[in-house]
Amino acid sequence: MGFWQRLLQLDRKWIFLGIAIVVIIPLIKPLGLPIKPTKPVQDLFNYIDTLGPQSDAIFLVCDFDPSLMPELMPMIQSILRHCLTKGVPVILHGGLYPAYIGIAKMAIDEVAAEFPEKKSGEDYVFLGFIPGVTAVILAIGIDIASTFKTDYYGVPIDSLPMMYGIKNYSDISLVVDISGSSSPESWLMYGQERYSVNVGLGCTAVSAPSYYAFLQSGQFVGMMGGMKGAAEYEELLARKGYPAGKRPATTGMDSQSFAHLLIILLVILGNIGYFVVRRAERKAGMERRKR
Amino acid sequence: MLRRTLPQAIAFIIGFAMLIQYFIPHPISERFYNVIVQQWLIIILGFMYIFALRSFFMHHIVKIRRKKEGYWFSAMAIVALLFMLSSGLITTRGVFFDSLYNYMIAPLQATMFSLLAFFIASAAFRAFRARNFQATLLLVTAVIVMIGRVPIGDYLWKGMPDLVEWIMSVPNMAAMRGIRIGVGLGAVATAMKIILGIERSYMGGE
Repeated sequence: MGFWQRLLQLDRKWIFLGIAIVVIIPLIKPLGLPIKPTKPVQDLFNYIDTLGPQSDAIFLVCDFDPSLMPELMPMIQSILRHCLTKGVPVILHGGLYPAYIGIAKMAIDEVAAEFPEKKSGEDYVFLGFIPGVTAVILAIGIDIASTFKTDYYGVPIDSLPMMYGIKNYSDISLVVDISGSSSPESWLMYGQERYSVNVGLGCTAVSAPSYYAFLQSGQFVGMMGGMKGAAEYEELLARKGYPAGKRPATTGMDSQSFAHLLIILLVILGNIGYFVVRRAERKAGMERRKR
Repeated sequence: MLRRTLPQAIAFIIGFAMLIQYFIPHPISERFYNVIVQQWLIIILGFMYIFALRSFFMHHIVKIRRKKEGYWFSAMAIVALLFMLSSGLITTRGVFFDSLYNYMIAPLQATMFSLLAFFIASAAFRAFRARNFQATLLLVTAVIVMIGRVPIGDYLWKGMPDLVEWIMSVPNMAAMRGIRIGVGLGAVATAMKIILGIERSYMGGE
């Protein structure tokens, strides 16, 4: 058995070991590879950066479960940091499905601890889960207070100082949906089309390609796609001198870079082996037929 | 009558009412919309969870009763659901419930999903082959996008991120837009078939 044949039959545990090494080492010792912000992320950042304490609120939606935390959690925390730094009123919604609320709680707990002077109900509002999915998106367009009744902590929405001037989408400058599903399309169909609210999104790298059509048409203000999108947003925060936290997405990009390189190397080796073995088998077959 | 005609009649009346309402900006029409969206729809969709729970219990109880292979996983699923439910009800938004979420559900789900990286690497090595022109095109594009979507791509060649952005914004977007227009037209056609009672599979059978 030749080298290439042995390579093609490589036990997958060696591949697993290779991936583990290239993921773990850069996490322990980050290389700090340069992050170049792309236009969709820059657009989203610029939109939020133009807002201030007197602006309409940002409605930030946490639409993902813990399986997508490494990609999407840095996005939601970066936007929370950006809003709290700029003093933009921010409403954090715990998502359209019940499994997402814990993530939103984790995000707000961590970021709020970095801004002890910011108060729930005054500088930010945390809304819990209510069933309805698309019905919730539509109902927010009518009246937020009568849809949710209370915030996550059980305080009536009518009594929250930040919510005095905020009734529905007409008082919201931007909805940012951080999503691991197709929910950004629902925000477009029911939020933007019906009520003309601006929508931005953060999504997994896998779903990002499907949203470029909406970016080009201007239906989405901007987009963060995958961990790279989150790292770009962290980079933009840092460039402006805003607090960017521990920058987990930026750290993760080093691991992702090397994991991608290893996968590309494996694909190339796998293809070389495939063609070498195929040619050898054909040659052997022809020789057998000649005999 | 109750199983077929009544649901069809409801779908027809509400479907057309919502369709017509969209184009009539009259206070009565707006009030109708508010009642449907803020009250009926949210209440009806709330019941979705009752059906989901029923379906969950039916599926697992049958497996346990028949002692099918791995039935104790079903027992674990039921115990876990009841435990999480009761901890949420008893300690409403309390430390215990949050701890269960933060220190059990979150790491478990993150672990399951992160295993994908290992299996993708192994599958790419074994199955991603340039067998013909289309497969080669896919392979080359995938390699470019993979390298260009990480910072090392920019480090290796400054033009790589721009090339990837072009792939995403032009060929990818054109293909996705075509697919989406097709899906959209299909969704409109299916909705009309449901409203008109031509498509009845949502009621079971047929």
